[in-house]
Amino acid sequence: MSEEIIKDVIVKENEDYIINMGPQHPSTHGVLRFEVCLKGETVKYIIPHIGYIHRGIEKMCEANTYQGIIHLTDRMDYLSAHINNEAVCLCVEEALQVEVPERVKYIRTILDELNRLASHQLWWCAFGMDLGALTAFFYGLRDRELILDIFEESFGSRLLHSFNTPGGFMHDVHPNFQKRTKEFITYFRKKLPEYDQLLTGNIIFQERAKGIGYMSAEKAISYGVTGPSARGSNVACDVRKIAPYSAYDKVEFNEILKTEGDTFARYQVRMGEMWESMKIIEQLIDNIPAGDYTAKMKPIIKLPVGEYFKRVESARGELAVYIVSDGNKTPYRMKFRSPNFSNLFIMNELTAGGKIADLVAISGSLDLVIPDIDR
Amino acid sequence: MSSNIYDFSTLTGSIDTALKSWMSPGLAVLAEMVIVGLLFLTFYALLGLFLVYLERKVCAIIQNRVGPNRVGKWGIFQTIADLIKLLMKELIPIRKADQLLFLLAPFIVIIASFMAMGAVPFAKGLHAIDFNIGVFYVMAVSSLGVVGILIAGWASNSKYSLIGAMRSGAQIVSYELSVGLSLLAIVVFSVTMSLSGIIESQADGWWIFKGHIPAFIAFIIFLIASTAEINRGPFDLAEAESELTAGFHTEYSGIKFAFFFLAEYINMFIVAALGATVFLGGWMPLHIGNWEGFNQVMDYIPSMVWFFAKTFFLIYIIMWFKWTFPRLRIDQLLTLEWKYLMPISLVNIVLIAFLVLMHWHF
Repeated sequence: MSEEIIKDVIVKENEDYIINMGPQHPSTHGVLRFEVCLKGETVKYIIPHIGYIHRGIEKMCEANTYQGIIHLTDRMDYLSAHINNEAVCLCVEEALQVEVPERVKYIRTILDELNRLASHQLWWCAFGMDLGALTAFFYGLRDRELILDIFEESFGSRLLHSFNTPGGFMHDVHPNFQKRTKEFITYFRKKLPEYDQLLTGNIIFQERAKGIGYMSAEKAISYGVTGPSARGSNVACDVRKIAPYSAYDKVEFNEILKTEGDTFARYQVRMGEMWESMKIIEQLIDNIPAGDYTAKMKPIIKLPVGEYFKRVESARGELAVYIVSDGNKTPYRMKFRSPNFSNLFIMNELTAGGKIADLVAISGSLDLVIPDIDR
Repeated sequence: MSSNIYDFSTLTGSIDTALKSWMSPGLAVLAEMVIVGLLFLTFYALLGLFLVYLERKVCAIIQNRVGPNRVGKWGIFQTIADLIKLLMKELIPIRKADQLLFLLAPFIVIIASFMAMGAVPFAKGLHAIDFNIGVFYVMAVSSLGVVGILIAGWASNSKYSLIGAMRSGAQIVSYELSVGLSLLAIVVFSVTMSLSGIIESQADGWWIFKGHIPAFIAFIIFLIASTAEINRGPFDLAEAESELTAGFHTEYSGIKFAFFFLAEYINMFIVAALGATVFLGGWMPLHIGNWEGFNQVMDYIPSMVWFFAKTFFLIYIIMWFKWTFPRLRIDQLLTLEWKYLMPISLVNIVLIAFLVLMHWHF
């Protein structure tokens, strides 16, 4: 099946009108370069070039202790830093067979969802801006700021938390955490409909997004697309449902699925996920059990010899951590399966035949974070 | 009826006679040209600065922000500081660019908007030239700007610029038709092409009220099409920031970029002024039929205030568009013009011709 789905070879011709989108370009959201071949306004093919922000994180992990690795994972998908941290922690905890306190599980889940909200808010801003709706940017950032304030109060940093550590947290959350999170949810429940008023219902926006960049379910699976991008094509791939971790098995929430598979479907999935995230937080925030903020851990963590694997649902899709340990305090090999890397390479399939403006809309709807691709 | 509105032609006339008494008529005309030119240049620059400031404040209000507030009270000197910055910036030479055309393009754009400004009646009796074909002249001159944009895109030797220029060419040429047809609608009503004539014909009510629904349709079409013609959002495809970085002026820097920037804002003013003149009565106060008392009270408000109030109202609407709507795609843009606006305005004009023939308008 895969042969007919993946048109793998792109034939370049000499008279192709090629423009470089990136590495510095407003709508690639980072140092990504698309080699775009145009025929008039129509895109013939695009070739993504990656590696402009490759920092060798996986290799650096081999020289770091497991506590140190946490700080590197922040810098992959910097918009879902907490979820990245958690993935490594869960993997290490599973390898050591440490049972973390219930309190940690609950707070981790709440922070995951807050992080997802913040990430989706920023995606919404940037997506609006990609389509030329500049005002959307400020509405999204206005609300995201409040989440970052909550983070700042508890972790001392707004974006790259490094709050998790194998076994639990560095320290307990701020006493205000519960109150402020609840305040935020009540506030954001009122503000989220504003997003719809500003952008979703707009006729120009719908014209720009509907029917653009159709991704079939087969294609999504064969390219390994995950997260909201794949759920827009009716692929049920939510790790929170398939393999619940932390406290996800204790909460009720819906996996948002759309069948259309176009840019607008991916948009709707993310908008729906914001509502679901709030639902999850509301279920947990009042029931955070008291207790320790971390399990009893040894100061130097050595994983038993073997291979360990753990996957979580980051804001953009499935993030998996694979550790090979030779029994030392540093991993022998560390591999991240990052969602953006897989989500990127379907771009050519989605954009070929569309206009340049569609290319921007589609790359916005896939919600790419470039440092996560390069690592 | 509008007898107690101050007529600026008495002022300009007295200056004219004074000048002619001092020097020969030829020299007097020359001196007048220089004076008018200088006045216009000053007004042009100040207006540009003010519009940039206004836009920044308006978009700040729409976006929940404060806007410029550091340079001067309420940041009113912000744009002047920006201007000084732009003047001092390096003009980056582009390798393999067509140097002559590259230099020429900003001037063409700015000259086109400058020429169009000449025909705008700012108050009763206050305009540089009053043609009998005023509407036609403004349309013709303002569309010269696209030549500058095309040249800029071509001469920059950049692929982004070229795409931007081609987009803008296609866009302006198409939307010119709708602008022209919607203006023609009012020309049919008022039976004159001279802008002062059109204003005089609105002494007993503005065309948007007098012209029944067709005039209103023409006004809406004019607003949409003229927004597109001046390359502003949601029709700012020529410089589509997220797609083409900056479109046709990607390669321009410093004051040359400022010229494009200034011309864009002045074009917005011209379009709004034209709309205010043709549809909303220009400097003509709000008159309602034969309510003599009401009309006289309205006349006490100076005509210049009326003109600028209406113009800035339209400018505000155009800014409002830009900061709330996403951008259209190029094919949607052309579809909107050729499949919707053009046919509607053609039918509209036939309707208006019918109305006028049957003497059904006020």
